[in-house]
Amino acid sequence: MSGVPFLLPVDWWALGAVIALSGGAMALLLLEFLPHGPESNRAALVSLVTLLAAGASVFVVRDSRRALFDGMFVHDGITVFFTFLFCAIGILSVLLSWDYVKRTRINRTEYYALLLSSTLGMVIMAGSNDLITVFLGLELMSLALYVLVGFRRSHLESNEASLKYFLLGAFASGFLLYGIALLYGATGTTNLQKMTAVMSDSPMLENPLFVVGALLLVVGLGFKVSAVPFHMWTPDAYEGAPTSVTAFMSAGAKAAGFAALVRVGLSTLGAVRTDWVPVLSAIAILTMTVGNVTALLQNNVKRMLAYSSIAHAGYVLVAIVAGGRDGASAALFYLAVYSLMNLGAFGILTLLGRGTEERVLVSDLAGLGFRHPGLGIAMTVFMLALGGIPPTAGFMAKVYVFGVALKAGLVPLVIIGVLNSVVSVFYYLRITVAMYMEEPQAEPTHVSWAVPGALAVLAAVALTLWWGVQAHALLDQAQRSVLGGM
Amino acid sequence: MNFPLLWIIPALPLAAVGLNLLIGDRLGKRGTAWLACGAVGLAFAFAVRAVLRLAGLPEADRTIVENAYTWMRVGDFSASVAFLLDPLSAVMCLVVTGVGFLIHVYSVGYMAHDPSFRRFFLYLNLFMFAMLTLVLADNFLLMFVGWEGVGLCSYLLIGFWYERPSAAEAGKKAFVMNRIGDFGFILGMLLLFAWAGSLQYDRLFAIAPHVFVKGAAAITIATLLLFLGATGKSAQIPLYTWLPDAMEGPTPVSALIHAATMVTAGVYMVARCHPLFLLAPASLETVAVVGAATALFAATIGLAQNDIKRVLAYSTVSQLGYMFMACGVGAFTAGIFHLMTHAFFKALLFLGAGSVIHALSDEQDLRRMGGLAGKLPWTHGTMLVATLAIAGIPPLAGFFSKDEILSRAFASGHSGVWLVGLVGAALTAFYMFRLYILAFRGPSRLSHEAEHHLHESPPSMIIPLVVLAALSAVGGLVGQPMQEGGHLFERWMRPVFEGAGGEAAAPLSPRTEWTLIALSVAAAALGIYGAYRTYLVEPGLAARLRERLRAFHQAVLHKYWIDELYDALVVAPVYHLSQRLWRFWDERIVDGMVNGVAYTFEGVSALLRLFQTGFVGTYALFFTLGVLVILIELGRR
Repeated sequence: MSGVPFLLPVDWWALGAVIALSGGAMALLLLEFLPHGPESNRAALVSLVTLLAAGASVFVVRDSRRALFDGMFVHDGITVFFTFLFCAIGILSVLLSWDYVKRTRINRTEYYALLLSSTLGMVIMAGSNDLITVFLGLELMSLALYVLVGFRRSHLESNEASLKYFLLGAFASGFLLYGIALLYGATGTTNLQKMTAVMSDSPMLENPLFVVGALLLVVGLGFKVSAVPFHMWTPDAYEGAPTSVTAFMSAGAKAAGFAALVRVGLSTLGAVRTDWVPVLSAIAILTMTVGNVTALLQNNVKRMLAYSSIAHAGYVLVAIVAGGRDGASAALFYLAVYSLMNLGAFGILTLLGRGTEERVLVSDLAGLGFRHPGLGIAMTVFMLALGGIPPTAGFMAKVYVFGVALKAGLVPLVIIGVLNSVVSVFYYLRITVAMYMEEPQAEPTHVSWAVPGALAVLAAVALTLWWGVQAHALLDQAQRSVLGGM
Repeated sequence: MNFPLLWIIPALPLAAVGLNLLIGDRLGKRGTAWLACGAVGLAFAFAVRAVLRLAGLPEADRTIVENAYTWMRVGDFSASVAFLLDPLSAVMCLVVTGVGFLIHVYSVGYMAHDPSFRRFFLYLNLFMFAMLTLVLADNFLLMFVGWEGVGLCSYLLIGFWYERPSAAEAGKKAFVMNRIGDFGFILGMLLLFAWAGSLQYDRLFAIAPHVFVKGAAAITIATLLLFLGATGKSAQIPLYTWLPDAMEGPTPVSALIHAATMVTAGVYMVARCHPLFLLAPASLETVAVVGAATALFAATIGLAQNDIKRVLAYSTVSQLGYMFMACGVGAFTAGIFHLMTHAFFKALLFLGAGSVIHALSDEQDLRRMGGLAGKLPWTHGTMLVATLAIAGIPPLAGFFSKDEILSRAFASGHSGVWLVGLVGAALTAFYMFRLYILAFRGPSRLSHEAEHHLHESPPSMIIPLVVLAALSAVGGLVGQPMQEGGHLFERWMRPVFEGAGGEAAAPLSPRTEWTLIALSVAAAALGIYGAYRTYLVEPGLAARLRERLRAFHQAVLHKYWIDELYDALVVAPVYHLSQRLWRFWDERIVDGMVNGVAYTFEGVSALLRLFQTGFVGTYALFFTLGVLVILIELGRR
């Protein structure tokens, strides 16, 4: 696709998502000054249009490859894949928030402005080819999220979660920044490509500056994807945040963290694989095991899903450890599927309860399957998918990740991974059992139906099943994205 | 159209599930029953049509593959929804749809008064779909879809009466045991894919001999892992304890899933993978030994159980052991033959037991039955046929298949396995006739209440019993021993198992064969006579024997305390680990938080202090410790 086929130069289209998202976020902040009621749909609509525009703009130039801003930002297959993913996550989150924020009385324009800013940060992280840009995107995403987590201002829990997330996030950012500084000291550049070139000229496996710098970089990103032992904020933040925000961050922030890890893994860290495999393997094993085992006994579904999301980070780490293009495409595939099923599961939680009440205990789900068949089936699909049971997309994702890892010779890692996924089905099915095989003890949970939220859940169910039987479509996409990313 | 529309066979029950979900509430009980039974009946018709088409082909070409849909294909990673009909899957398919149809019809009568009638048939049809996918799949991935599906349905149906805590517990146990098995299955599957590069049966089996050296560690490990999956699904040592507990489910479920079809999936899988198992003699030997051990072990437990369904459950475990024994000695045809005859007579036994339970207003204890022969003539007659069949009395079905397993074991040089099988056969005859006598003969021990309501079951329950009794009586005739060029069943199976080790073993001389037949009939007769003496002629003898063999009786009665052992070794530690982790990470911190809320009343400053030194600090501390550990680890290298 050469020349200038679409009125504007390709560079502009490539930056379209970034421009649209920043424009949308700023427009929303300005709109706040025009009067509107507590039931206004204005902000949600503007966000929806912005996200659609962002996705469409990248779609126009999906096959182009560009390095922008002197190589700080690249527009390649990985960027395109993740931009689509983040726009999709954003759209589903807006739909889930639509009614939820009105119901819980946090329907403010800032909510959506922050959601867009955070999405912008994710897109920048995915497209960054320079550690400075990675940091920029990460901070933009995180700062918006800190506020969103504490958005239920009158809730002590929400405030506390926000504060904890913020303090620990700042702590992790410190590590990340320090790591970047050390890497710069070792190689004289922050650009990933140049850094790789320097590495191939003079391998510095023995250079402590480089080794420690790379470690701290991984730690900083590991915090965002909640890898053990940097995961401890996750259950508290997920539980305290408004459920729609939990849905958004559990999918988006994790995928963004992994996007950066995939990029670093394909370039700089790829050169020092032998050094990193044992460390990352250990982290992956810990992450899967701690996440799954702790989730077993949780009675709060939000908290249970938080531990489950930790465990899923472990599975993606297995793909990262496997490395190379296969590992990267497995990670992309897994992240897309994970985002979908997780958004769906949290999305259903946003529908539960009346007004500001939260009904997110396992016992609150009792009997729900028969009183609301559609909701019951949807939740069952998500739980089966999260547990990796065919014919859902979750199964294909796990098969692919473990298959790639086996090919890379990581047999012990795969054994532990399979064992973990076997254990995990236990707590996922507990939800299904509660829905179909238990009677509500107290007053049955009220379901606050809303068209946008139901639409989002329906879309997530459809895609989870569709990608389960049509896995090759998504898998093709993931593989081509990674090939185009090199 | 040239191909026999294989996909429609599993699709029919699935369509019934969909319709039941959509309009089931408007159909009423009658409509639901017609829908559910009709779909399975139609599936049976389609299966018969497909198998006839298959039989019409020349022997060498009896394999039909129908690619319904390409699931995914990326590089060398491909999987498709493709169905395979060959003599092996044809037998499985006919058994599943045929016996399944009869059990569906029976359930209409059995579940007539249950408020969850619709939900029951929903699950049952879903099960049929999964089971047919399992047997018709032409690759491991699709088989696994069915494998997980039947497990899920089994779990749902065991816990069908979830108001009973014991049913929920049993469902959970079945689930956990099967997950352990599945772990083996997935891992075995992934290893095969990693080493041989394909999951499609024909390609995998063609590549395997080139990739794996016979007896090499790799293929042995892979097949042992697959066998671990089989022990979970088919309730073999060490994963058998879930099946007796699974009897908490409705009786038609016990007949369909936990006797005739699902539990045989493990046997089917081993038979399907025979080219792989033949490359790993050590694995095959393991299969034979585990099968023989389970056959004997479960039979001894069956001696002392008092719940009519539990006796049958242990009997199923034991009979599945025979099937594995056959596979282990390389007599795959004999294993599948026994699978088929067992499906007939064991389904009949369970349905008959269900009829008894139904007639006695949900009484399951053999000690409170007796003398039912005259009161329930149809149930009694059909049950007697099934009992004789499982005991191995000629010319009923069980005789032919069991005898073939034993003679094959003997012929292949596994005389130890043969002896265990023979003793097991005598025990089988004993405990089955114990059941028969306690239920139908002797004086009535019924409670007054039960006596009052006693009634024969409705026709929808009796007709399936009669059909199954006919099958149990004559179903074995397709496998008469000592025929020129092998018996009918063997000739049918030949394209699949051609060249499989045990099949090619030197045939026994007629004299030896007759001796073996005489011995196994004698063993059965001995068992029957023992039961007759102990429970009918000298009622005091049972008590005296119990006294004499006190230790043995206690051990058997308590099922060798295996459940308690598993509980202490596995369940309790896992539970405690999770509890520990939770308490350590969470409760301390969460509790701290809750206390923190309380402290707000004492002052914000206290809360803030708690914030900063309490949890976030702890988190950061762990964070830093993690970094340090990695750094030190890296530094040491």
